[in-house]
Amino acid sequence: MKKIIKSIGALALGATVFMTSSLSVMASDTDNSYTYNYDYWGDVQDSPDAYTVTNVYTASSFGLDLNFRSPQGMFVKDNMIYICDTGNNRIVQIERTGTEQFEVVRIFDTIKGDTDVKNLSNPTDIAVSDEGDIFISDNGNARIIKIDSDLNYLLQFDLPVDSTVSAESTFQPSKIVIDTAGRVYCIATSINQGLCKYEPDGTFSGFVGATPVTFDWMDYIWKKFATQEQRVRMTSFVPTAYDNIYMDHEGFIYACAGGMDEDDLDSGAADAIRKLNLMGNDILVQNGEYPAYGDLYWGKGGGYEGPSYFTDVTVFDNDIYVCLDKNRGRLFGYDDQGKTVFCFGGNGNMDGYFRQPAALEHMGHDLFVLDSLDCSITLFTPTEFGELIYSAIEDFDEGNYEASGDSWRKVMQLDGNYDLAYIGIGRSLLRQKEYREAMDYFELKYDDENYSKAYKQYRKEWVEEHIVVIVIVILAAFLIPLSIGRIKKIKYEIDTADIFET
Amino acid sequence: MIAALKNKKTYQEYLKSLKFALYCTTHPLDGFWDLTHEKRGTYAAANTILFLTLLIRVLKLRYTSFIFITVYWEGINIFMYIASVAFPLAMFVVGNWGLTTLFDGKGRLGQVYMASCYALTPYPLIQFPLMIFSNFVTVDEAEFYSVLSAISLVWAALLMIAAMGQIHEFNMGKNLLFMVASLFAMLVIVFILLLFFSMISQGVAYFISLAKEIMFRL
Repeated sequence: MKKIIKSIGALALGATVFMTSSLSVMASDTDNSYTYNYDYWGDVQDSPDAYTVTNVYTASSFGLDLNFRSPQGMFVKDNMIYICDTGNNRIVQIERTGTEQFEVVRIFDTIKGDTDVKNLSNPTDIAVSDEGDIFISDNGNARIIKIDSDLNYLLQFDLPVDSTVSAESTFQPSKIVIDTAGRVYCIATSINQGLCKYEPDGTFSGFVGATPVTFDWMDYIWKKFATQEQRVRMTSFVPTAYDNIYMDHEGFIYACAGGMDEDDLDSGAADAIRKLNLMGNDILVQNGEYPAYGDLYWGKGGGYEGPSYFTDVTVFDNDIYVCLDKNRGRLFGYDDQGKTVFCFGGNGNMDGYFRQPAALEHMGHDLFVLDSLDCSITLFTPTEFGELIYSAIEDFDEGNYEASGDSWRKVMQLDGNYDLAYIGIGRSLLRQKEYREAMDYFELKYDDENYSKAYKQYRKEWVEEHIVVIVIVILAAFLIPLSIGRIKKIKYEIDTADIFET
Repeated sequence: MIAALKNKKTYQEYLKSLKFALYCTTHPLDGFWDLTHEKRGTYAAANTILFLTLLIRVLKLRYTSFIFITVYWEGINIFMYIASVAFPLAMFVVGNWGLTTLFDGKGRLGQVYMASCYALTPYPLIQFPLMIFSNFVTVDEAEFYSVLSAISLVWAALLMIAAMGQIHEFNMGKNLLFMVASLFAMLVIVFILLLFFSMISQGVAYFISLAKEIMFRL
């Protein structure tokens, strides 16, 4: 409802407003800082860096002889990093021993055990369970394999047996996740019915979480009139296939997809990122002013155009999720309410910029970005600013509202244009029952929901405190006119009374 | 003129005609008939109502709770904002008068203006209390605001239709037809204005370039 009012207001403000606002955005676009954020109005606000590059690692910096070749997948488990060196058909397992110390644990391109095909071919993704079993999406061999920690073959997952999938087609698994029970969810090329879900014993048990089909009314009407041959040549209305998935610490699957139609993204008909529950329904909270789809402005610039293309997503334990945009090489962080936490990055050859980012993983609060063209891994560590934001959010989740408020105040001192800080301070004040101050903070950043929560309490308190005055005023409002009328009536009667007539 | 300002009767008449606007809001057919035929309306009162409407529209930006109106202050041009009401109103008055004059409309230009301004009465009347009220509600109670706000606009629109019918002595069907026709007249006016200004700017540009050329040759 509020969105509608806002848009009507925007319309009423007329074309001039629109012109000036879009102009100001363009002006600030040209000299952006590395990290930025979108405020309530969608204006780009420069921000202090939430992350800095600690180092950029290539194969040789890990002490490997053979350089990576278009690596596609990465997986982090505790302090182990698994890299799918897709072009070299091998998996590299690296242990992080210190902040900047890495040791290669093992490199393998073959597996042992009871299977005909022992060489890996084109591995695109890897996942490791709590028990140490390794799942590899062995794309070139048309299978997903499950091996134990000593690389002995245990199981394999093949082409889904389903009426909608042609038995002759080749199985091309690209991305996989596993849940705690050992079920495997996989994205496969040319399968758009959703995620292929496999039971722990290797049987296919169905598709989950297909994106809702979006279509253009014009296309639909055209299709009604088209002949059979024309219809075949037209684009068919099918769900968009996901690009990547991530299993968060609570067992929800975050799935991202790129290449969506611009209008669909804008209208909310298509989601760049979805959070799937066990039923495959999207339960992502989108309370931000703008949907979580990366950059708000898609103008041409530096050879890039169109919406952000989310190619990977990772979710911290504090429910902040970070999406990797391979179009402009940027990272977008969103909190559990869908509000932008940070945006940074870009395309280029400098540290902290990417050429073709392919995978994103996190270890603690650190981020690893795998670049498949540059064949490198960039390690980002949070700055003081970033850590303050995280501690503020984590403190709030744990119920330490005062500590959370203090952290947000420090964030605000570092960046006065950071909307979340104001709302964060307001929420912490709200929990401390400081309703009046909380209202001020919410009003500054136009958070009407929280403002209303605070105001409701404030109003209640005010009424309770002033109940005597209110009752007196209401009584006075009734009684004074009444008594005035009565007095006038008496006066009139006296004036016209017969006994006073002379 | 100045002598009239010193006369107490002028003010009494002004206040009486302003009060008559309230009568018009509740008795539109009777009220708008009397407005011109019984000369119970004055231009002073009409101007006051228009001024109040514009004033409250501007005040709303600042004093309505942000729950209902969030304002991008960097993008506000107060004159453009006022013109966004005043200009369409002026176009409507001129367009409506121009059309109805050709088709037996009895209203004169001034009367159309006066009646249009009187028809705006519900806007300041409802929006001003609503503006204050908006600061005492939460999002859950936002519907009250939306409904009342919509009522003020619908009411004003209905008054406008009633007013035009009475001023021009049209029956209902003809009146509605000419209300719609007035909207098209407004479009035509916009088109002609655009044409006019682009022609003027081209004409001016021609002489400027001519002057430049001469200065360059000298």
